[in-house]
Amino acid sequence: MISDLLSATVIIGIISSGIRLTTPYLFASIGEMFGQRSGVLNLGVEGQMLLGSFVAFYVTLKTSNLWLGLLAAMGVGALMGLAMAFVTVNLHATQGISGIGFYLFGMGMSNLLFQKLVGTVEGVRGFQKISVPLLGKIPVIGEIFFNHNALVYLAFLLVPVAWFVLNKTTLGLKIRAVGENPEAADSLGVSVAGIRYLTVIMGGVFSGIAGASLSVALLNVFQQNMTAGQGFIAVALVYFGSWKPFGILGGALLFSMVNALQLWIQVLGIPIPAELAVMMPYILTLLVLTLSVSKGRGPSALTKVFEREG
Amino acid sequence: MQKNSPVINEKVAFETLEMRGITKRFPGVLANDNVNFDLRAGEVHALLGENGAGKSTLMKILYGMYHPDAGEILINGKTVRINSPTSAIQQGIGMIHQHFMLVPTLTVAENVALGLPSSRKPLTDLDRVSERIISLADKYHLSIDPSAYIWQLSVGQQQRVEIIKALYRGAAILLLDEPTAVLTPQEVNELFAIMRQMQSDGYGLVFISHKLHEVISISERVTVLRDGRNVGTRLTCDVTQNTLAKWMVGREIEFIKSTDKPQVGEVRLALEDVSCRSDRGVEGLRGVNLTVHSGEIVGLAGVSGNGQLELAEALTGLRPITKGRILIEGEDVTGKKPAEITEKGLSYIPEERMKDGMIRDFSISENLVLREHHKMPFSKHGFLQMSYINDHADRLIEQYRVKTPSRKTLAKSLSGGNIQKVLLARELSREPRAIVAAQPTRGLDIGASEYVHEQLLMERKKGTAILLISEDLDEILALADRIAVIYEGKIMDILPRETATKEDIGLLMAGVHPGETIRNEKCD
Repeated sequence: MISDLLSATVIIGIISSGIRLTTPYLFASIGEMFGQRSGVLNLGVEGQMLLGSFVAFYVTLKTSNLWLGLLAAMGVGALMGLAMAFVTVNLHATQGISGIGFYLFGMGMSNLLFQKLVGTVEGVRGFQKISVPLLGKIPVIGEIFFNHNALVYLAFLLVPVAWFVLNKTTLGLKIRAVGENPEAADSLGVSVAGIRYLTVIMGGVFSGIAGASLSVALLNVFQQNMTAGQGFIAVALVYFGSWKPFGILGGALLFSMVNALQLWIQVLGIPIPAELAVMMPYILTLLVLTLSVSKGRGPSALTKVFEREG
Repeated sequence: MQKNSPVINEKVAFETLEMRGITKRFPGVLANDNVNFDLRAGEVHALLGENGAGKSTLMKILYGMYHPDAGEILINGKTVRINSPTSAIQQGIGMIHQHFMLVPTLTVAENVALGLPSSRKPLTDLDRVSERIISLADKYHLSIDPSAYIWQLSVGQQQRVEIIKALYRGAAILLLDEPTAVLTPQEVNELFAIMRQMQSDGYGLVFISHKLHEVISISERVTVLRDGRNVGTRLTCDVTQNTLAKWMVGREIEFIKSTDKPQVGEVRLALEDVSCRSDRGVEGLRGVNLTVHSGEIVGLAGVSGNGQLELAEALTGLRPITKGRILIEGEDVTGKKPAEITEKGLSYIPEERMKDGMIRDFSISENLVLREHHKMPFSKHGFLQMSYINDHADRLIEQYRVKTPSRKTLAKSLSGGNIQKVLLARELSREPRAIVAAQPTRGLDIGASEYVHEQLLMERKKGTAILLISEDLDEILALADRIAVIYEGKIMDILPRETATKEDIGLLMAGVHPGETIRNEKCD
């Protein structure tokens, strides 16, 4: 039975689905990373994803336009990011607690809207696989890397783009400075509040896309609480990846591969209790986080309120 | 500004600056009360005053960080509105803050470029910024590597980055907020050389300090602030150290010095070949040998971060040592718990008095019994005896002249000087055999420092062994009978006070033995 796992088709299947499953984590984690690099810890990612997930699904269901659905999810994410930014930057609310508040809001709101507006399980036709010309035809490699839906490609493209923005642009410089020493940034005329609003709203937009990637690209349905903790995992991945885009990529891949593995274990009927299999990725996260967290040093001003005196 | 040319601001044209009738109120405090202040191109104008006299407030108003409640600012005779650091920078004002405004995880060039428009928008133009930094650094002999990370630089070098940051932005007026507080004597001399050259290039410099000799040696004019008011502005040549001190404090000040011979007795504290790790896991102390006798003050001089904290914590049992022995009155206390070491009669005045010495949200009376609360008469069968605790607090508040509304006042609402008095009261009233006092007057004004010094000298007279850890050389020279200099976790040398000079100590603090020839590339 275990030997079933070692056949070529299964291995290709595991890696390919692992890559697909990385999508929501990449969007949500990279978005969260920008917020954290500027000093804001947003624990509301899960809520933003849930609401984004529902809105993308609903708009797609009603208009049959996937891109419109995606855009709506981005809009909802942006609004939740805006609210988070207002509460933490202007009202100086504790970041961790307000994040949990936004998570609960997103979960409740998406449930409510689903029940009022949809009610029953319905499916949509989501983003379809695009086989990249030529590359998609390569045996094995093509199937693993170049036969995915548009959001998967976008998610992987986001990693180098995020790295570039963070390290090579004036905006990235400001974000890094604000997260490390907001007083210094402020004394040079950088708007600490402005940068934090921007990154938190951007994080919301990406969380919205992450949610949409579940409901209109990976699963093509909406269910209550369908993210099942992925938003929290995304926050953990930021720590795991030491606040660096490529570190996050590594973490997201590792996590998703193990997740894909356990899914295949269930599919193949290998006699491991399903509950135990489902726990695997989470146990792995805990282990790796415990081992890696000591060396990683987060932004100095993370979770700290900035207030100019006088 | 032309496209594609690096964004560099030329030095802003500057003749005169005037602040008229500046008033700034904080809740409960009048920080600046109708203050007048002026500055001309090509001069160093010192701003002198005790802590809380309003010097920093006045300069933060000039730099747009605070908004005055009344008053106006004129540059070159024209009224200007400065409502943010950005507008101050546009007016040609640069500020070197007491706590550097640098991002440690970024490079020098990134710190300089931060907040400036880039010539390659939206990308950064760090190569061009680096070129310009090098040319500015050459002009003022600042020798700075633009690609170095801030955390790799010494405090003195970080200060130069701050100066370059201001010059890069075209500053013609430089506000230096206690720039010498963190420097070695040699670095102070280098800073003064830089300041003199900038002065001859037509910059206007404001030098904030509470060190009289520095003010007298560098400035053309001096303004003294006391309780938020301008006590007077004079040509520096026209005033003496004593006049300035009197203006600052509002009364005659004696410069305390221990002149009497110490009545040295037996060894009370001894470190034998002690090594330990610092918080970063590297070697914090490397084979330290040091003794302190009864009735003697040993001063430990050094630039901060060279092992002083580790030494204090090793002695008090707060930090495990990796090698060597620690003896208190001949008894080996190596590896003993802090509480056991306390029992041997060692008192500790920690450097971070609010963090390590007190509990912010406890009242004065509670803080006063932190060490002895579990003992008679403060507690009986596990119950606190509030009447004893309260009497004890009232007695100490009076004896140590703590200014507070009541013993119930929380520690966090006391001023720095009064916090230190509470700490001294707690640590000295238990009749210690030995004291470790780390930076006991840092951040205190002249009056409070004077008080702390008196107390330490009284303990010395009683025969207590005192280890005085300080970055303030004047303090060490005034109080210590012997002076040990620490550098990179090693005791460089121990000098008797009679023969110690500031220059020698300064060299030792920088890791150089006096007499060794050091060459300076600039002089080649």
